[in-house]
Amino acid sequence: MTRDYRQYLRVEKLPHVWCPGCGHGIITHAIASAMADLQLDPDQIAVLGGIGCSGRASFLFQTDAMHTTHGRAVAFATGLKLARPDLHVLLVMGDGDALGIGGNHFIHACRRNIDLTAVIYNNAIYGQTGGQLAPTTPTEKRSTTSPYGNVEHPFDIARLAMAAGATYVARTTSFDFPEIVRFVRRGMAHKGFSVIEVLTQCPTYYGRLNDLRDPSQMLYEFKSHTVSLEEYHQMSPEEQAGKIPIGEFLCEERAEFIESYYGLCQLGRSA
Amino acid sequence: MNKQEFVQGNEACARGALYAGCRFFAGYPITPSSEIMEYLAREMPKVGGVCVQLEDEIASISAVIGASWGGVKAMTATSGPGFSLMQENIGYAAITETPCVIVDCQRWGPSTGQPTKAAQGDVMQARWGTHGDHPVIVLTASWVREVFEMTVLAFNLAEIYRVPVILLLDEVLAHLRENVTLPVAGELEVVERLEKTNGRMLNFGAGAHLMITGMAHDETGFPVQGEKAAQHLKRIVGKIEEHKERLMRYQGFYLDDADFLVVSYGITSRAVEAAVERLRAGGVPIGWLDLKILWPFPDKLIREIASHVKYILVPELNLGQLVREIERAAAGQAPVAHLGRVDGSLITPEEICKYVQDEVARVQRVCL
Repeated sequence: MTRDYRQYLRVEKLPHVWCPGCGHGIITHAIASAMADLQLDPDQIAVLGGIGCSGRASFLFQTDAMHTTHGRAVAFATGLKLARPDLHVLLVMGDGDALGIGGNHFIHACRRNIDLTAVIYNNAIYGQTGGQLAPTTPTEKRSTTSPYGNVEHPFDIARLAMAAGATYVARTTSFDFPEIVRFVRRGMAHKGFSVIEVLTQCPTYYGRLNDLRDPSQMLYEFKSHTVSLEEYHQMSPEEQAGKIPIGEFLCEERAEFIESYYGLCQLGRSA
Repeated sequence: MNKQEFVQGNEACARGALYAGCRFFAGYPITPSSEIMEYLAREMPKVGGVCVQLEDEIASISAVIGASWGGVKAMTATSGPGFSLMQENIGYAAITETPCVIVDCQRWGPSTGQPTKAAQGDVMQARWGTHGDHPVIVLTASWVREVFEMTVLAFNLAEIYRVPVILLLDEVLAHLRENVTLPVAGELEVVERLEKTNGRMLNFGAGAHLMITGMAHDETGFPVQGEKAAQHLKRIVGKIEEHKERLMRYQGFYLDDADFLVVSYGITSRAVEAAVERLRAGGVPIGWLDLKILWPFPDKLIREIASHVKYILVPELNLGQLVREIERAAAGQAPVAHLGRVDGSLITPEEICKYVQDEVARVQRVCL
C-alpha cells in the first residue's frame, strides 16, 4: 500500500493557524510529500518544532511530535535521536528560532553532524510576536523594531550551516514547491545533519512593513530575486548583488555523531 | 556481597543513577558537579547508555527531556549558574509531565560567586525558579550513601509522578569522600518506566503519535484555553500537592520531649547531629528534625511539632530561605530563628551549641 502525503498530516486539525497568504502551509505540505515519496513509516518519524509561527507546524504531523521551547528543538532532538537512533527526526524551525535564540544549538548540531533533518522556515521576521527584527531580516528592511530600516547584516543560513559542519545544505523558496519536496526528501535520506532553508513569505508583517502586501507579489519576488547556484557562480559581483543563490549547496559524507557514539559503546563493551 | 569503599559524593550520585536505570546523561562542565559527568562518560558506554557533553546547560536539559520521551531514564547535573539556565525547560518538563532528574550541586552566591564554596542558596530557586505555577519535587542528602539512595529515589519519584525531580547537593557533599557500603542490586526499589497508561503508549516510536507541547493542553496533547487550561494546571500541580503526605521523607530525633527544635537539611544536618548529641548529653531538651524532601514542604509536620516546642532554630548556608517556610508553617506557635552562614564555610556543631545554649539561657531568664 502506498502512502499519500495526507497520511503524514493530522488533516482533522486543518485549517492551520497561519495567516492567509503565509508560506508556511506550502512548506509543511512539501515536507509531508517528501515523507510520502520516501514511504516512511509514520510511527518511525518524530517532528520537533520550536516556538514561533514555524513551531505550529509540529501540531500538523500525524507522527510523534513535540512543540518544544524557543530555539531548543535541535537540543531536544539531539536527546531523542541519541535515545532512539531508529527514528527519523525532523525539525521544523523558524529563522529567529534556529538562528537567533537557538543559534548556539544549531551550529553545534552542524558540527556534530548528527543525523537530523532541519527545515528552516525563513520569513526574515518574527511573525508570531508581531513583526520584529530577525537575524535574517535583510539590511535596510523594516520591522516593528527597526522602523527606520535594519542597520544590521543578516545571516546567510546556508553558508553558516556549511561553515559549521552540516553535511547536507540546500536552499529554496516557497515559490518552488517541487524543489522543497526534493530537497527535504534528499535531506531525510541523507545520513548526517541536513539543513534545508526555505525562504517563505510573511505578508502580514514583513510584507505590510516593506510595501509588499500581496502574497503573490512576494512569491514573484522570490522568483525574480533568486538564481540557481550554477548561474550565480557564473555571474559577476555586480550581477550577483541583490540575488539569492538557491539550490543544493552541499551533500557530502562525514562520520555521523550517533553512529560514532554507538560505535564507541561497542568498543567499550568489548574492551 | 556489600563491600566497603571510599566513595565521593558525586560518584555516589552517578552510581545511584546507573543503579536506578538511568541510561542518558547530558551535561555541561561546572564545578562542583563535573565528576558526575566524568564518571558517567566512563561508565555509560559500557552499559550501552548515552553520556554527552553538550554546548550549554539549556541544551543539556533539552536533550534530557527529548531522551525521556524516547523512553529512557535521563538526568543532568549542574551547579547554581547552570541550574538557572535550565529553568525554562524545567517548567517545560513539568507541564509536559516528563520524568527526569536534575542534580544541583549548590555553590555560593549569584554568578561565579565564591568559586567554589558550599552553599544552600538554591532552595527557593529549586521550587520557584521556573515561570508560573508548576509541580516539582526537591530532595536533598547529607551523607555519601544517602546521595546514592536519594538519586535512586529521585528517579523513582520522577517515574511515579511524571515530574522533574531536583536533587539539591552542595559543594562539600559533592566532593566529600566517605567510607561507605553502597546498596547492591535488588536492595533498593527501582520503579521502571511505564510504557502505557489508559491503553495509550507513553513513549515516542510506539505508534501513539503523541503530541507534546508546553502550551496548556488536554489529555490528547493539543492546546486548550480558559477553564480547560485552568483544569490542566490544577491537575499537574495537584498531583504533587495531593500526595504531600505520602511524599514526606524526614527523620525526627528526641521530638517527644523537646522544648527546643532544630530543623535542618543537607550538609548542615551533619553539624546538627553532632550538636544535638552534645546538647542532649549536657541536659538540654533539644530535638532535631532532619528534612530529606524540601518540596513539597511538610507544612503539617512543622505545624504539629511547633505546637509543643518553645523555640525553633533553622541553620542554613544562606541568608534565610527554608526558614521562611518553617516560620509560615509554625504560624506563630513557636518563635523561629535563623542561623545563616555565607562565608563559604560550613556551620559547625560548636556554633549551633553556642546559639542554642545562649537561647536556653535567655529563655530561662525570661521564665524566671
